[in-house]
Amino acid sequence: MSNDSQKAGDKFDQARRGFLEKLGKAAAGAGAASALPAPAWGGASFLEAFGDMFNKQYKKMTRKEIDAALSRIRRRALRQYGVEIDCDDTPPQENVVFGYAINISTCQGYRDCVHACVKENNLGRDSQVEYIRVLEMDQGTRNLEEADHYYDPDTVPVEGKYYLPVQCMQCDDPPCVKACPVEATWMEPDGIVVIDYDWCIGCRYCMAACPYWARHFNWSQPKLPPEEINTKTHYLGNRPRPRGVVEKCHFCIQRTREGGQPACMEACPTGARVFGNLLDPDSEIRYILENKTVFRLKEDLGTEPKLWYYTD
Amino acid sequence: MQSLFRFLLDGAREALRGGSMYRLWCIGLLVVAAFGTLQYIEQLRHGLMVTGMSDQVSWGFYIANFAFLVGIAAAAVLLVIPAYAFHRSDVKEVVLLGEGMAVAAVTMAILFVIVDLGRPDRLWHMIPYIGRFNFPGSLLAWDVVVLNVYLLLNLCIPFYILYSRYRGHAPSTRAYFPFVVLAMFWAISIHAVTAFLFSANSGRPFWHTSLLAPRFIASAFASGPALIILTLQVLRRVTAYPVKQSVIDMLAVIMMIAMQINVFFVIAELFTDFYNEGAHAASIHYLFLGMHGFDALRNWIWIALLMNLVAMVILTVNPWRREMRLLNLACVLGFVGIWIEKGMGLVIPGYIPTPLGEIFEYFPTGTEFAIALAIWAIGLLMFTVMAKVAIAVETGRMRAPPPSHDLAVNPEG
Repeated sequence: MSNDSQKAGDKFDQARRGFLEKLGKAAAGAGAASALPAPAWGGASFLEAFGDMFNKQYKKMTRKEIDAALSRIRRRALRQYGVEIDCDDTPPQENVVFGYAINISTCQGYRDCVHACVKENNLGRDSQVEYIRVLEMDQGTRNLEEADHYYDPDTVPVEGKYYLPVQCMQCDDPPCVKACPVEATWMEPDGIVVIDYDWCIGCRYCMAACPYWARHFNWSQPKLPPEEINTKTHYLGNRPRPRGVVEKCHFCIQRTREGGQPACMEACPTGARVFGNLLDPDSEIRYILENKTVFRLKEDLGTEPKLWYYTD
Repeated sequence: MQSLFRFLLDGAREALRGGSMYRLWCIGLLVVAAFGTLQYIEQLRHGLMVTGMSDQVSWGFYIANFAFLVGIAAAAVLLVIPAYAFHRSDVKEVVLLGEGMAVAAVTMAILFVIVDLGRPDRLWHMIPYIGRFNFPGSLLAWDVVVLNVYLLLNLCIPFYILYSRYRGHAPSTRAYFPFVVLAMFWAISIHAVTAFLFSANSGRPFWHTSLLAPRFIASAFASGPALIILTLQVLRRVTAYPVKQSVIDMLAVIMMIAMQINVFFVIAELFTDFYNEGAHAASIHYLFLGMHGFDALRNWIWIALLMNLVAMVILTVNPWRREMRLLNLACVLGFVGIWIEKGMGLVIPGYIPTPLGEIFEYFPTGTEFAIALAIWAIGLLMFTVMAKVAIAVETGRMRAPPPSHDLAVNPEG
């Protein structure tokens, strides 16, 4: 399977497009999806639909059931987008709790993080959902109500403004997790608050509970251009989402659990983003927390965000 | 077992029988319900994007109606307490109707939550053991428990009483009284829990106030009696069922006190938020005054406030309250006023501005209206049918043919 996507870029896209054409001719005859009958039940076989319907919550599944669910996810992506994706469920590493620090003196408001995130995490292109929102603020205030969410000048940074990127804070005491009536969202041992998209009932109570407006809902089936799909996906992360469920930033779980950087950090041209293991005393993020002036957004609410802001 | 079957059969027969007005009413409701059901099918096909909701305002008209209807359901207790605890015979005659109203209101409330779900096909995830139920952590899980138990209580108690009377037995007080007591406390719990559902969110300052639960109870005890007073008069007119004026007088007094308290709570909230206006006041500022040129709810909330004030004045002046036409006006104003105030007026400003300070307004779509209307029609139809059967049993029109071996025959009940 393709274990690529971020950098192999154009070359891979071309190869995949070639593959897609062949796929069209072979009428879904490729690989795992070979047994698909004519479209019924939304293009799936009855057994497939049955399997989706009675999928258990992730944490309740046995290894065998998880593997079956993962291959159903792969077949679903092939059906819906004609793309062969790789979906795994890499577990958390021992003695790792992830944290993030953003330097607001260096952030220039380019929004490269936002766009990298959209691509990396297979966000619906039509819905314009973005996990990261960069707020343009007047120097001298941190009043969110005065922030500009949709700033669009010819060039950034604008004189007299500074930029505050906001995304899921991966709270250590997450109010969204408490709110969920069906335990479809929880905090993993490495500190990432995840969502089981196949378990969420779409009540959106977590969205009411989140003080950071980090959660987004799929009001319709998200539309993804097949050629832009990131095929390296994680069960609790960036796999293509169904309609009617909530999603949010997951610290690029598909990358970070394998030692990689989140896409937003990799994309940041100013080096304003520092991601790392809070339990490692030699990590850069620990250095920042111990030596810089840091603050957290809405710290007074007591949700213990694991995303800090700092200044030089 | 056989008589239970006959009871249900007779009940169904009674529900289907009726004059032309009754039939027209039922058919009209069915048509409204059917139209909304078709709209709901459209919503299922396209997803919730057919609504006006967004990531910014992620709950809308559905949840607004839900919050209001839980209050109507809770208000049935205002008949239950005088009837069963204080043994007022005049109230006892209509208490079953109040419980019927509670059943209809809770059902509507539950339906409003279901149509709001993104994945109603996964509702079974809430069933303990089969699914995963986040109890006691999630307030929504609490609400599911209290609403369903309340529904069950208000179905079982009247069912037992009616079934006993149908068979010519006197219902045994000892059998049902413990459940009546439970239902009294439960009524308060359903509305308190629904208020906590909102006030639990510390990230939403508009909801995050300890006054919310008292406000919910006060407004419920004003809007509930308003609906009951109007309904009882309709029933008095269209059926032979005797509804004593003393019941209506009692409910009017309760509504008066509740409305006074409700208005006082609103004033308290306005003072606290506006005297030293901080970030906490942003939503209420948007609601009452508008913000940065956005003011979709401003006129609505002022109209609601005015309605409640007029209702309060009518209710407070003794001779006016006793004048039936004025009382009815107060009931209509109070009912609609509170529907606006704690429906859209409560749910929507909680989302405006968003926790990140963005202002994005919400307007319900035709689909949302049609589906909401259908749910109201279903509730009205449920109440109509239940009231019809209950009245038939209570007036002795619907009785089991006395079996020869049945001993304790007590037609009085």
